[in-house]
Amino acid sequence: MKFAILVFPGSGCDIDMHHAVKSVLGNEAEYIWHTEANLEGFDAVLIPSGASYGDYLRPGALAQSSPAIESLKAFAASGKPVLGVGNGFQILAEAGLLPGAFLRNKGLKFRSGNAKLTVLNTDSKFTSDYENGQVITIPFAHEYGNYFVDEETVTELKNNNRIVFTYADGNTDGSTADIAGVLNEQGNVLGMMPLPERAVEEIIGGTDGLPLFNSILKRWSENNVSHA
Amino acid sequence: MTKVNVYVTLRESVVDPQGIAAKEALQTMGYKEVENVRIGKLIELELDGTAPEIDARVKEMCEKLLVNKVIEDYRYEIGEVAGK
Repeated sequence: MKFAILVFPGSGCDIDMHHAVKSVLGNEAEYIWHTEANLEGFDAVLIPSGASYGDYLRPGALAQSSPAIESLKAFAASGKPVLGVGNGFQILAEAGLLPGAFLRNKGLKFRSGNAKLTVLNTDSKFTSDYENGQVITIPFAHEYGNYFVDEETVTELKNNNRIVFTYADGNTDGSTADIAGVLNEQGNVLGMMPLPERAVEEIIGGTDGLPLFNSILKRWSENNVSHA
Repeated sequence: MTKVNVYVTLRESVVDPQGIAAKEALQTMGYKEVENVRIGKLIELELDGTAPEIDARVKEMCEKLLVNKVIEDYRYEIGEVAGK
């Protein structure tokens, strides 16, 4: 499986993402600088965390001016998987590929550590390797982790099983309905504030992020076996 | 030259943690009359005054980039700047 890792000026966790999918999981992975914008031939797009465009105006907002966003929208419309973590989630929300927006953490401080997440939907192409209700530990690091969606949207998200991860330990930074990860309507775009690529080896503190990447790989190989 | 001031505020339904912290600080300093603080931002645009459809284009800039309507409201004032 071939992964594109979309890199914007100020992206900071692109190397972690590359390490996870290539070195740990043995897939092809390429960095795509945002002005190249050509996503042809890739099976999935990963948008890493960091502080694209210095987090100026609003985190993730200025990435909209990049040519990569148009090709990302076309890629997402094709149904192939797109995963945005941390700032990558903020970019997806600002681009309108996912609902909601981000505010500064309720405590007004940058926070980092290990988040406890509950897996709510194991039917998605990102979570089939988890068990329903499983509590996993995934690192996080953010100042604008306070996810906001209005009540109407929350109801819609709940009714359609689009909330895949919620914070399990009360440390939500103010996020609406404890949401930590959410899917688009088609189910092929996932945004999450915690960083699963930082939990793929015991030596870095845990492997609870591995099933997420394995779920993507499994779904992809199932869909591609018929062509063999 | 035309100058545009865009005032961006958080929507009423959105909790403003900075505003709450500032309100508490003001009250601690003895300004007991402060009942609420909301913090927004001012964006100043300087435009070529001869450009057409300034009003429509400023609105577009706000909706497409400067403002996120999920969490923010906005209004703007368009004015001429003398001598420029």
